[in-house]
Amino acid sequence: MTTSTFAVPARGSALRWTVADSWVVARRDLLHWVRNPSVIIASVAFPAMFVLLFGFVFGSAITVPGGGDYREFLMPGMFAQAMVNGAAATVAAVAADKARGVTDRFRSMPMAPGAPVVGRSVADVVNSVLDLVVLVGLGLLVGWQAHGGVAGALAAVGLLLLLRFAMIWVGIYLGLVVSQEAAGLAWAPLFPLTMIANTFVHPSQLPGWLGPLADWNPLSATVTAVRELFGNAGPVGAQASWAEQNAMLLAVAWPLVIVAVFLPLAVRRYRRPAA
Amino acid sequence: MGDAVLTEGLGKRFGTKQALDGLDLAVPEGSVLGLLGPNGAGKTTAVRVLTTLLRPDAGRAEVGGHDVARDPTAVRRAIGLTGQHTTVDDILTGRENLVMWGRLFHLPQRAAARRADELLEQFGLTDAADRRAKTYSGGMRRRLDVASSLVLAPRVFFLDEPTTGLDPRNRGEVWAALRGLVAGGTTVVMTTQYLDEADQLADRIAVLDEGRKVAEGTPSELKSRIGGDRIDVLLRDADDLPAAADVLARAASGPVEVDAPLRRLSAPVRDRVAALTGVVRALDHAGLTVEDIGVRRPTLDEVFLHLTGKPAAPAAKQSAQNEIGVPA
Repeated sequence: MTTSTFAVPARGSALRWTVADSWVVARRDLLHWVRNPSVIIASVAFPAMFVLLFGFVFGSAITVPGGGDYREFLMPGMFAQAMVNGAAATVAAVAADKARGVTDRFRSMPMAPGAPVVGRSVADVVNSVLDLVVLVGLGLLVGWQAHGGVAGALAAVGLLLLLRFAMIWVGIYLGLVVSQEAAGLAWAPLFPLTMIANTFVHPSQLPGWLGPLADWNPLSATVTAVRELFGNAGPVGAQASWAEQNAMLLAVAWPLVIVAVFLPLAVRRYRRPAA
Repeated sequence: MGDAVLTEGLGKRFGTKQALDGLDLAVPEGSVLGLLGPNGAGKTTAVRVLTTLLRPDAGRAEVGGHDVARDPTAVRRAIGLTGQHTTVDDILTGRENLVMWGRLFHLPQRAAARRADELLEQFGLTDAADRRAKTYSGGMRRRLDVASSLVLAPRVFFLDEPTTGLDPRNRGEVWAALRGLVAGGTTVVMTTQYLDEADQLADRIAVLDEGRKVAEGTPSELKSRIGGDRIDVLLRDADDLPAAADVLARAASGPVEVDAPLRRLSAPVRDRVAALTGVVRALDHAGLTVEDIGVRRPTLDEVFLHLTGKPAAPAAKQSAQNEIGVPA
């Protein structure tokens, strides 16, 4: 047997190794972003294009119920859309690791069993903070402003990251389930999910059958809450739906429900794959 | 010495397909077992069960003295796994790859760095250590992948088709690295579709077919199971074939095979030296001109065909089954 005086593992508690191993995995995932800037550019270019298209092209023909500037109305929607679309990158990265056998190697090692998925979620949260910083800068450039004070702005950022965190677990689960080819199509279901919402127009402006769908979209709750917290919202009228009136509650509840469903699914799938 | 790997009646079913069907294996400490078989024979499933990636649904398996189903954590501390896909991270350098795996094997930072240096040296990658892995050749990537599995100097090392997809030169590089490892005494279980690979590296070979072991032995035992040595004769003139076949039949211990287009004859023999001298003398006496003659052991391809009724190589298997049926 190959002998080495260095091949002696350190001891430690399960918690210590979960933290340490998750950080090693997260660091690797972040290095991929840092050393492969094309991925970052792509992830910023997409929302930037949307801001320009909707802010200046379609936005010129869109009115905000109760009046107000369309770009003020639009930006919270763009923030939330970016948080949801980030799941596509998570699906792709997780599916790529699985296809290359990296996931199997992790699973055959005596490392902390939760570390690969926890590490991935940490890396993607860091990454979404960067996305958000870029988008906020873009928003300021096109005339969007936060009027709700520092506490409100921080709460809004918190809600956005909470939504992203929930979508990360959806992404991890899907990445473990689907093939790498299918993972490349993850944007396809996300696209309508982020459009059939109050992202671009108010649900009351949608056809009668589509409005309630948009109203109850988890994304809409976050968007409405973030509009209020940033002070970008028009007045909530008497005709506002229950979902709209309770957006703040739903913006916390929806992501928690999603995490409660998909985190255990993802962890179980990681530990015990089907085949 | 005990068995590093032991399985009894191991079974695993996927839907309607019985991937493993009562597999019994025993791999003594310090030896190399080659698992040989065509695609779908159950080789990879066996490795996945033994490395705790799949739970068996029948029988039991022990690796390094630990039950794979009851104590997977202890098994994971005792093994290294290099799967079919190269897990090398292209974005990282060779050294960064090894340090990362070292950290995940819970080596302290400095020990992980020193261990990476040792492994880079052992696998001949020191010069390329600080280049990103995407610049590596196929053989270098595979060696880095193998090195990543050996950070903890595991008692049992599992290799799933280590050189599939590599060109001959890169295969040679990987074999050389594996030979060094084997000489160091690590127990190795490797799967392969290449008979020459098993022949080169394995002490014993278990031939799998449809989830079951159909034969086991040393490479030379397996070869002698299909009748031992053969005499091959290559004639100058095709017209001499019938006369030469008569000569060969007198010395042979089995039927003479005639390949007319190639002017070649082949027959099994018992006493290799006596048979060869006899045949050479008789051919000369009959005035038949021979271009080449020799005694050889059967190849493992022939052994495989004999044991399973199908050739080993997947490409050959397809054409054989599709076009000319399963050879007898």
